[in-house]
Amino acid sequence: MVIKMETIRKKLSPKELLLMFWAFFKIGAFTLGGGFAMIPLMKVEMVDKQKWIKEEEFLDIIAITQSAPGAVAINSSIYIGYELAGFLGSCIATLGTVLPSFLIILFIVLFYTDISSNTYVRKAFRGIYPAIVVLIMSAAVNLRKAAFKHTYGIIISACALIALLVFDIHPIIVIIVAGLTGFFIHEKGAQDDLGGNK
Amino acid sequence: MIYLQLFLTFFKIGAFSFGGGYAMIPLIQKEIIDIHHWLPIEQFLDIIAVSQMTPGPIAINAATFVGYKVAGIGGSLAATLGVTAPSFLIILIIAFLIMKFRHVSWLDAFFIGVRPAVIALIIQAAYSVAKNSFSGVRDIIIAVAVFCGLYLLKINPLLIIAMAALLGIALY
Repeated sequence: MVIKMETIRKKLSPKELLLMFWAFFKIGAFTLGGGFAMIPLMKVEMVDKQKWIKEEEFLDIIAITQSAPGAVAINSSIYIGYELAGFLGSCIATLGTVLPSFLIILFIVLFYTDISSNTYVRKAFRGIYPAIVVLIMSAAVNLRKAAFKHTYGIIISACALIALLVFDIHPIIVIIVAGLTGFFIHEKGAQDDLGGNK
Repeated sequence: MIYLQLFLTFFKIGAFSFGGGYAMIPLIQKEIIDIHHWLPIEQFLDIIAVSQMTPGPIAINAATFVGYKVAGIGGSLAATLGVTAPSFLIILIIAFLIMKFRHVSWLDAFFIGVRPAVIALIIQAAYSVAKNSFSGVRDIIIAVAVFCGLYLLKINPLLIIAMAALLGIALY
């Protein structure tokens, strides 16, 4: 199965660019508890609702942005922004993701609000963390069709999970090994096809 | 020139932290506390605590916060720009190359292998949050409520997060 990435739609109207900014702003404002919490939000907003990217591409983007230095949330905003509207798109997407954090932190330091010892904030987070776990897991479940196109996908996934959780192997290594596995299986498949034709 | 210094320091942090925002914390600590002595360690720990409890990537939150403490609003702008700039350069190059070579079959084969591993990465992320957040019956109640809201009532995830926050306040 060959997935062709759509060509960059460089000429988005100002209204579409504003819509894009707003989509990333919302994600930036609701990403609580680390970068991976934005995956379910991005999935719903970018893949399901706006249909800007396909599920397969979304998985590729997570792998790429996880392997590059920097925050995953920012990296994926830059990537998706570029894909949607070139350089201007990545600027707008990044600004959208960063702006909520920037403004909220400025608000906190300007007004000396001690939110981390506020009991309501602490209680709210006790509710938010279990919710994030369910949201992230649901993203994994919803993306299964795009991920498991071949039966060996399940084996790669299981091996990757064991490598990550049991052996504490770095995600970048897991991504590269999984990619090479896909590459070699594909190469072997191509050779078998040639053999069959002879 | 403190702004330039902040920009360069956070540029370095942004360029050398692999594995997301949490991987950045020790790097920020080394640069800000040990090398530049910009902040006392207690204040740094407070900043990290606040950064984890405010929306957005921890890297951006911490950069904005440290930048402000060191040199005001200009400082927070310099630090935030600095921490974002390396990602910007690197990701733009990668995105450009991937779109250019997308039609190449071996790259397709590579990504077909990568995708199942990404599912494992997502599950690991869920597990690491779960490890620190599930301690009793109330957490399970919240998780079940979120599950029902998501799959039965089809509530938007943003609204789900807001409702979970209220549920946390109500239950704890």
